[in-house]
Amino acid sequence: MLNPIDLAFKKAKNENRPALLTYTVAGDSTKKQSLVILNAISKYADILELGVPHNTPVADGSQIQTSAYRAIKNGIKIEDIFWIVKKYKKNKNSKPIILMGYYNMIFQYGEKKFLDKCKKVGVNGLIVVDLPWPENKSFIKKCKKKSIYLIQLLSPTTSKERLNKIIRDSHAMNYFISMLSTTGGKLKVSAKKIMSNYFKIKKVNPKKNVVIGFGITEKSIKSLKKADGLVVGSAICKKISVSIQKRQNPVTNVANLVKKLKYKIL
Amino acid sequence: MKLKKGIPLIDQGNSLGFWGGKFGGNFVPETLKKPIEDLEILFNKLKKDKKFIAERDKYFKNWIGAPTRFIKLENLTKHVGGAQIWSKVVSDANGGAHKIYNATVHCLLAKRSGKKIICGDTGAGYAGKMLSMAAKKFGLKCKIFMGAKDIERQQPNVKAMKKNGAEVMPVYSGSQTLVDAVSECMRFWVANCDTTAMCVGSTVGPAVFVRICGWSTSQISRELKVQLIDEFGSIPKKLKLYNCVGGGSSSFGFWNEFMDYEKKQCEFIGVEAGGPAKSKRHAAPLTYGSKIGILHGAAQYVNQNSDGQIEETESISAGLDYPGISPLHCFLKDTKRARYTAASDEEALEAYKLVTKYEKLRPSLEPSHAFSVAIREAKKMSKSTIVVVNSCGDAYKDKKILINRLGKKYA
Repeated sequence: MLNPIDLAFKKAKNENRPALLTYTVAGDSTKKQSLVILNAISKYADILELGVPHNTPVADGSQIQTSAYRAIKNGIKIEDIFWIVKKYKKNKNSKPIILMGYYNMIFQYGEKKFLDKCKKVGVNGLIVVDLPWPENKSFIKKCKKKSIYLIQLLSPTTSKERLNKIIRDSHAMNYFISMLSTTGGKLKVSAKKIMSNYFKIKKVNPKKNVVIGFGITEKSIKSLKKADGLVVGSAICKKISVSIQKRQNPVTNVANLVKKLKYKIL
Repeated sequence: MKLKKGIPLIDQGNSLGFWGGKFGGNFVPETLKKPIEDLEILFNKLKKDKKFIAERDKYFKNWIGAPTRFIKLENLTKHVGGAQIWSKVVSDANGGAHKIYNATVHCLLAKRSGKKIICGDTGAGYAGKMLSMAAKKFGLKCKIFMGAKDIERQQPNVKAMKKNGAEVMPVYSGSQTLVDAVSECMRFWVANCDTTAMCVGSTVGPAVFVRICGWSTSQISRELKVQLIDEFGSIPKKLKLYNCVGGGSSSFGFWNEFMDYEKKQCEFIGVEAGGPAKSKRHAAPLTYGSKIGILHGAAQYVNQNSDGQIEETESISAGLDYPGISPLHCFLKDTKRARYTAASDEEALEAYKLVTKYEKLRPSLEPSHAFSVAIREAKKMSKSTIVVVNSCGDAYKDKKILINRLGKKYA
């Protein structure tokens, strides 16, 4: 049986477009509201990344930091995040869920217990920002046993040799970081350059899906549409922040943004 | 878990950079893997290179002013009435603190790697001040990340950094102290690692930074060993080395050369920041039994909640105000080679009052923590015991806090 993540890519490919992946922070701005947002964007997005907020995020730019601090301030706990996923998965239109966060949260919860819980509530994949290869080798195996994908990050600084090894040990989906940046940085390299790096990665194993993320906005998304999938995160987090500031409804604003993103890549 | 003899502690980590199999490592975003590997290769090569070591020693001697003094605190010894109390006056070093050793070595490495910019974090402002001095000396552009709260309370060092031409970047996230400054500095490096070198201000961060810093500050114990032999003819039979511990760079450097001696002969006592006496918050993860967690790329004992969120710390001393601790000290604690305890804000202030009353020495609030415990324990020791306290920083930067807490006559 195909992992639901593979199915999502397959469906997008059949429609001749990249898969659209969104990133929102669990509990932003509240537990309930983040669930409502997931439900609202499911109509347009193919895979949903759900950020596990951490208070010393070494790879996140200001937009995602703001969302994470807001969620933590509003009391979000790891059990609440599992609750959000569980509730969300009851929605019959639910999409695959990828939890994205930092290793200390998993380490404190216990790797095994964390994966058991993920399996139970319906998490399909994990991205652990600060657990790179080869440090993640044993965790990859544990994830595999539970049929949860551990998605590997690849960067423009990743050497050819390392790339081969990482992809060899990876599951069926990898994540290419478009440029040297924290999340949400301004796209400082051309789409052409990004795509050329992307195809180098793709060549290592064409069967594995590769998504591109970091710095992708409404403006730039179209230029990268040849990828298997595209991730938009900071732009969505920003939308939530601005909506709160302007006393507008973050749910409709975010849903509209994701809808627009989807139309750009059709 | 065991210490090995005859191998420098910085080189006792395993292939993934873990000391004792569980402290340290490289929990970093993929983007930093390559620059960290490059730095490791460079450092491993240069630390064996005689020319490089000669270059380092030249700057340590002529520019930093090695060796710093080793003095007996006669009046304090008399007043306390127990062990002989001595001090290694590391604050004699150019710039006024031990942070200059690490900053100098990082700038030398940056030059060798062809980088034109260097970024660094700072708490008390010493690491930043020293990095700005070294960067200026070696012709590098310098960017310093500092918590907004620390900028407010350590103004003299901020002014010094700016005077040296460094750009001081205030960090407003989280608790606005050292922990956030280190995070922001790492984020900056993630985005600029192709042009910029990073200096981590203490023996924390990914394994290679722990090693470089420890290698650099070990100058302190190299000097002390010679000075002890000059003074006593040999290493004393009962030697107690007291040092404050925040990230752990000065204490590690103060102890390194004595690592292979038996604990009975050379005891190491690390003093963490206990925070205000009436507060539950502290910066003493080793003393108060914090759990292992991941902070800034390394596994270590760290103040955190059950979810793994890093907890805010509280200390009068910005330099010790850090929720984690060097993996080297975690290792030294678990192998029982060093003993760790804490002093409160109030105890550090009392010690400062006492030291400045009896001696011509003005330890900053960080070493005042170490003095507090050393004075308390020296009382009960024999006259033949040699207590040495590392006075690793000067109180000039603490003027504002000292006036506030003790009144004008102490500042």
